[in-house]
Amino acid sequence: MTNPAPSILPGLRFRQRFPLLALILERFVLSLLLLFAVSILIFGGLEALPGDFATTYLGQSATPQAVANIRQDLGLNRPVTTRYVEWLGNAVQGDFGTSWASKNSVSEQIGKRLGNSLFLAGFAAIISVPLAVGLGMLSVHFRNRLPDKIINVISLAAISLPEFFIGYLLILFFAVKFGMATFPATVYDSMGFVERLKAIALPTATLVLVVLAHMMRMTRAAILSVMSSAYMETAELKGIGAFRAIVKHAAPNALAPIINVIALNLAYLVVGVVVVEVVFVYPGMGQYMVDAVTVRDMPVVQACGLIFAAVYIFLNMTADILAIIANPRLRHPR
Amino acid sequence: MNDYTKYLTSRVTAGGLSRREFMGRAMAAGITLTVADKLFTESAQAAEPKRGGHLKLGLEGGAATDSNDPAKFLSQVMFCIGRCWGDMLVESDPLTGAAVPALAESWEPSKDAATWTFKIRKGVKFHNGKELTIDDVVATLKRHTDAKSESGALGVLGSIKEIKADGGDLVLTLSEGNADMPLLLSDYHLVIQPNGGVDDPLASIGTGPYKMTSFEPGVRATFEKNKDDWRSDRGYVDSIEIIGMNDATARIAALSSGQVHYINRVDPKTVNLLKRAPNVEILSTAGRGHYVFIMHCDKAPFDNNDLRLALKYAMDRETMVQKILGGYGKVGNDFPINRTYALFPEGIEQRAYDPDKAAFHYKKSGHSGSVLLRTSEVAFPGAVDAAVLYQESCKKAGIEIEVKREPGDGYWTNVWNVQPFSTSYWGGRPTQDQMYSTAYLSTADWNDTRFKRPDFDKLLLQARSELDEAKRKDMYRTMAMTVRDEGGVILPMFNDFVNASTKQVKGYVHDIGNDMSNGYVATRVWLDA
Repeated sequence: MTNPAPSILPGLRFRQRFPLLALILERFVLSLLLLFAVSILIFGGLEALPGDFATTYLGQSATPQAVANIRQDLGLNRPVTTRYVEWLGNAVQGDFGTSWASKNSVSEQIGKRLGNSLFLAGFAAIISVPLAVGLGMLSVHFRNRLPDKIINVISLAAISLPEFFIGYLLILFFAVKFGMATFPATVYDSMGFVERLKAIALPTATLVLVVLAHMMRMTRAAILSVMSSAYMETAELKGIGAFRAIVKHAAPNALAPIINVIALNLAYLVVGVVVVEVVFVYPGMGQYMVDAVTVRDMPVVQACGLIFAAVYIFLNMTADILAIIANPRLRHPR
Repeated sequence: MNDYTKYLTSRVTAGGLSRREFMGRAMAAGITLTVADKLFTESAQAAEPKRGGHLKLGLEGGAATDSNDPAKFLSQVMFCIGRCWGDMLVESDPLTGAAVPALAESWEPSKDAATWTFKIRKGVKFHNGKELTIDDVVATLKRHTDAKSESGALGVLGSIKEIKADGGDLVLTLSEGNADMPLLLSDYHLVIQPNGGVDDPLASIGTGPYKMTSFEPGVRATFEKNKDDWRSDRGYVDSIEIIGMNDATARIAALSSGQVHYINRVDPKTVNLLKRAPNVEILSTAGRGHYVFIMHCDKAPFDNNDLRLALKYAMDRETMVQKILGGYGKVGNDFPINRTYALFPEGIEQRAYDPDKAAFHYKKSGHSGSVLLRTSEVAFPGAVDAAVLYQESCKKAGIEIEVKREPGDGYWTNVWNVQPFSTSYWGGRPTQDQMYSTAYLSTADWNDTRFKRPDFDKLLLQARSELDEAKRKDMYRTMAMTVRDEGGVILPMFNDFVNASTKQVKGYVHDIGNDMSNGYVATRVWLDA
């Protein structure tokens, strides 16, 4: 699954003495480089976009005077490279500047929004990851029998529906028809924890349904492939119980691909939930970024882009490292 | 009950119309004495406003980028929020669109309408306890008219040369006469703030019926009642919560499950489904926005007035309103003004679909071959369907239209105001003068029909400084006729503002000024338990 890239770190001895540490460091440096490259892409890409903040923001009330005032105000007349270096320098220190449109501090806003997104994603993860892995093991245990088939059909059905449709179905039944759930899922500062939990029930359920199948099927496939190997046959011949064989012997050896797919789905939970946030009126990062893109509020879009990239890269890096730890064979490149 | 009567009764219900006024207007509209009397009693009974309760609105058009600074109000949500906490100097009458006093008690123009004196109301307190003074008013207007200002009202106030306090009065000197000056001050950006909001533009301190208690841009804003409000005929609920909901389905779900009391922007395509919900009321108000097919009067073949007339007669307006607006709109008459404007020119004959006349003018124009019409979904909701419908109605008159669907991205830069025949959309303006000045004056940047007529321009400028209403109305009539019969605009329909509420919401005022009861919805309604 993971073929380690050739080393970019000097010092072969260090590498031989601490192979694990060297690999982790290497991953880390690579991730930072990647993030740097992404920052250039984000800045350059936005720079190339047609349309400009001043005209978009003022809309029909744009007079040449007002447009010129705004451009002057934001320093848009300066060269691109100057602005990029300045932006990156501040971003590294955690300062993303102020929003052009609202004049609020972007870092402060993102702090809140990211908190909300992580809260929702965290809850969805807490429910979906154990559920997916558990169901995966169950379906291996009952493979090709009724429970396996039921689990598969339901999870495939859930993954086949787009998330906004699942969201609408849940809203229709639980909020409109039965009035059981809170809708909209708007959370705000002064809200209590229990209230917050109630508010996010429906979006969490939607997210769980969306990511469940992917993780569950990967768990099932990985464990099944391990199950067909010789040592599992030995374990079976030793007279070990079937479920015990899966949990104790097969699952740990199937960890690497499972960790990978979990990391991918976690990243999706944070980064890819824009649609779910819009449908449920949930004030997370996704909605924040969409709003900013509409009016070309660059500092916000840049900050969101960078944070999304960081989340993605960080989770992938962690997955790689965990996979290496879980599978010693990956530590030594052939 | 027709729309006009509905407005009248809703005015009574809102407490804005006395019995004498109601009877006078109702009977002028052709309603018999007994019926008018009964209507008044019924609406007056429903008129006992109840106080208290927590009002929740789910509104489209908020964004994380929204700013609390009135100069930068742009979205629908901020428009509504500003009306909750702040007051302008002038408001517009919900029924007639005429200027009515707010923080300015009264006003007086000079003979040439170039100098205006406003009397400022006494004894009004800001939310922070400070009394409103003339200095606050002057500072506010100065902030919005400063050449360096980023205010959305900068364009509207462009003709103001000097702002000063004269005793306790506000005196505005204009570069040219403008009879509409008071109405321009009702612009929603022009919230009067302590010291003009110069010290802290984001503080949201005003003289309005509600004090802002929390604000998260694009998410939620909450308000509590201002106990020192200078007016008693508004601000009926104890507290307000405005939630940003940009997803149409989410708004409908929230309303039909009773989680919010009011939503805006109901899609004409789904309004009939929403109607079926037992606790929901559809609130549709005539608006000034209109959908247009624009021809450049200076480019062939549209430089021929007979061809333009042929294309106007070939437009089936009734079908457009039914099919494209789902019936939530009014037919247009090929000039950009409707009954919602003050000084609307009465008695202009409604142009109807007439294939024979269209064929006659088409033949007379000498044009042959097809006419290319460019359109896109972004021009207005349903624009492509509208273009195809038009193609059909033209066919019956023997005119061949070729519909070209353009990509939405870049439509406003590459097609609109560039290509000779395309579909487009106009939002309304507060006054007829502004509507014509924006799009029909020869020198206007947005003269998207290339309508260049010195006589029209002259009349427009004359009307601007004419204080005699009858004379002015007459001028507007001549202008409307010119645009209608010789201009380059085919204007099939004015779209309504379609909103919805639960049946608990009472006293909704159908304000012709703008959407959501001209933004005042939260301060005008009350909740019936």
